[in-house]
Amino acid sequence: MSDLFTTTILIATVASGIRLATPFLLASLGEALGQRSGVLNLGVDGVMLLGAFSAYYTVLRTGNLWLGICVGLFIGGLIGLFYAFITVNLCAQQGVSGIGIYLFGLGMSDLLFQKLVGTPRPILPFAPFRIPLLSDIPVIGEMFFEHSLIVYIAFLLVPIGTLLINRTTFGMNVRAIGENPEAADSLGVSIAKVRYSTLIIGSSLAGLAGAALAIELGIFQQNLTNAMGFIAIALVYFGAWRPVGVMAGSLVFGLVTSVVLLAKTLGIIPRSASDLAAMTPAIITILALVFVANRFRQPTALTKPYIRGD
Amino acid sequence: MMNSLPEPILEMRGIGKRFPGVIANENVSFDIHRGEVHSLLGENGAGKSTLMKILYGLYQPDSGEIRLNGEEVKLTSPADAISHGICMIHQHFMLVPTLTVTENVALGLRSSRHPLTDLRIIASRIRELSETFGLQVDPDVFVWQLAVGERQRVEIIKALYRDASILILDEPTAVLTPNEVDDLFVTFKQMVKDGRSLIFISHKLHEVLSLSDRITVLRNGRVTGQTDPCDTNREHLAQMMVGRAVNLAPDKPPVTMGEPRLTVQDLFVEGDRGTDAVCGLSLEIRGGEVLGIAGVSGNGQRELAEAICGLRKSKSGQVKIDGSNVSGCDPRTVRQAGLSYVPEERMRDGAIGEFNVMENLMLLDHGEKTFCRNGFLRFNPIHRHCKKLVAEYAVKTPNMETPAKNLSGGNLQKLILARELSGNPKVLIAAQPTRGVDIGAAEYIHARLSHQRSNGTATLVISEDLDEVFALSDRIAVMFEGRIMGIVAREVATREFIGLMMAGVDPDSPEVDYCRPKDLPEDTEIS
Repeated sequence: MSDLFTTTILIATVASGIRLATPFLLASLGEALGQRSGVLNLGVDGVMLLGAFSAYYTVLRTGNLWLGICVGLFIGGLIGLFYAFITVNLCAQQGVSGIGIYLFGLGMSDLLFQKLVGTPRPILPFAPFRIPLLSDIPVIGEMFFEHSLIVYIAFLLVPIGTLLINRTTFGMNVRAIGENPEAADSLGVSIAKVRYSTLIIGSSLAGLAGAALAIELGIFQQNLTNAMGFIAIALVYFGAWRPVGVMAGSLVFGLVTSVVLLAKTLGIIPRSASDLAAMTPAIITILALVFVANRFRQPTALTKPYIRGD
Repeated sequence: MMNSLPEPILEMRGIGKRFPGVIANENVSFDIHRGEVHSLLGENGAGKSTLMKILYGLYQPDSGEIRLNGEEVKLTSPADAISHGICMIHQHFMLVPTLTVTENVALGLRSSRHPLTDLRIIASRIRELSETFGLQVDPDVFVWQLAVGERQRVEIIKALYRDASILILDEPTAVLTPNEVDDLFVTFKQMVKDGRSLIFISHKLHEVLSLSDRITVLRNGRVTGQTDPCDTNREHLAQMMVGRAVNLAPDKPPVTMGEPRLTVQDLFVEGDRGTDAVCGLSLEIRGGEVLGIAGVSGNGQRELAEAICGLRKSKSGQVKIDGSNVSGCDPRTVRQAGLSYVPEERMRDGAIGEFNVMENLMLLDHGEKTFCRNGFLRFNPIHRHCKKLVAEYAVKTPNMETPAKNLSGGNLQKLILARELSGNPKVLIAAQPTRGVDIGAAEYIHARLSHQRSNGTATLVISEDLDEVFALSDRIAVMFEGRIMGIVAREVATREFIGLMMAGVDPDSPEVDYCRPKDLPEDTEIS
């Protein structure tokens, strides 16, 4: 009896960890791509919020979850286009303009929510998609193969991203531009084209992360993401700018969060200490960053606008 | 219609380019034939780079035209230039260290397996090219793993891979040892034989003379002369560049050398990477003597200079100035013992860019009684003193309030010299004293250093420029991987011998017999 209980809890914890990791994974994959091309976007959280609201609102009005996902992606891409214009054409300081994007997203999503929705109304999330055969495996099936499609898509993006970065001409251009844009420019690679692409793709993924989050929770509220976008940026450093590393970071974060939630529910952690416990994932991430991140060098051209002949 | 001269493959006619306040090129014409080496010579700011950047599509000319094989072309980007067979090898390598050699070559090329990369095909073609042109390089290693000479070869392979018919070589020898330069020239000659045309930019006059078929000299954005190398010599070329007669070798009046003023014994210094950058180095310089340290940068020269000056901790060993031990002392104490330092990175370590000329001149002496009373600066004597220095050292500056960052390299260096030499130091360390400095200013700086030698200063000159080391030194030491390979008296030193030691060849090995100095004076030591 207690064995069954332990297994159930284990399954639930891992499964919820994977679910919790998904928005982080999407957002940090996007951020990693942008950073590989030498552009830091501190506004991920703002993009996520706008993606989350636009998806939520679309679903609320149309009831179509996939349309919501698409709108979230599109809004993310739009902000990416705007951010690319600021950083590539206007050569703005990336640190401060990213913060601008964040504040814009934070304020705008709340304003639109107040104006268009007002009182929170729930939406129905995706039903889990059971992968045939794989989901029939005991324990493992329930842990890994009974999630919404978005979760699978996010994890599929890891091998796709790895392939993109390492095996395609586009990926090679991205890597070159993040390290030495002058060299790439001197060989006729268009810095602007590549950075526009990475920023639009990256920001779309952040928008998708927000959409996934809102639909998963079935709700929107002010500051729904609660700084998840900033954690996603930290996870990029944690993962050393590699899709697999970013995935590992997201999973650690998701699982720790899930364990803390479980401990709170089971009453292992007293109520008085629950705020403290909520900080655990962040603390663990910071510790991991201290030990892991400094071993790898960031892209040399990161945060540096490219000006030809300078 | 018969024409005895073949059409030039490239013609630039009446090129003009202005930047706000500067005429970079005015009515410049330049052409090159198939299989020709045409050198471009000129001081900093003479307009060589502007002209080449126009040819490479980085700048658009305000006037004039570019003709390739007789047809007018507009080159609007590097990609455009490359597609017309024009490639540029930049002075600062345009390589991505975190990519492999093959990936660096593949960058910007259309892949045959688009959107995937076709690195294997490219690697095999690189192997072919490196065999044909004698350019040893492994396509599969990362560029960060390569030495400077190898990186240069990657740059050339990049150009050859794009089947460049015209190669712009922007100071390709600046960072190479003399022997690497020789190898490189063999490759260049092979490329010329292959029908390619080379535009060679350098300020090393003997290289220009030995490699070129034709030489064009620019000054202040205009062509001041075109000549065949056999009709000219170094002095003549320098005169065309500067516009007046130039003394390439400073007068070195005989001096009686005094007691040892700088002694370094068994010095070990850790470099930035945590490994030993200086390993058990010893040297001694007497008053009135100049010891030149030749060697490719990065062999511990900077660490040695910084350790002597107290800017970097030494692990063990001794530094003595005039007999008193200054090892482990802070920079101020070392300076008070009589040391002056002209650092390699002028703008970073030698001056404060945002400070004006006067403030920079006073960085050392502002605490002296003459210039400071009760903690307040006394501007009248300071102003007088600085005016005197600026006049004495011929620093060209609009006024005393001009920020140092607005001075040219040569004038900034003169300013630093004025500050460092005005106290008549016992020991002077001058690192790369004329790097990036015009010939005219370099001539002046050399004369100043020579003057200091006559005043009895013990001088340590650290330079990558062999001409400079030969021009200034009484003895020449070669530094390689933190050690001194050998010290030779100037009179008997040969470029070949120094060059081999710079490449790390042991001077005692039989390999160097053919160029070993023959008649060593008694006091010459070869370690």
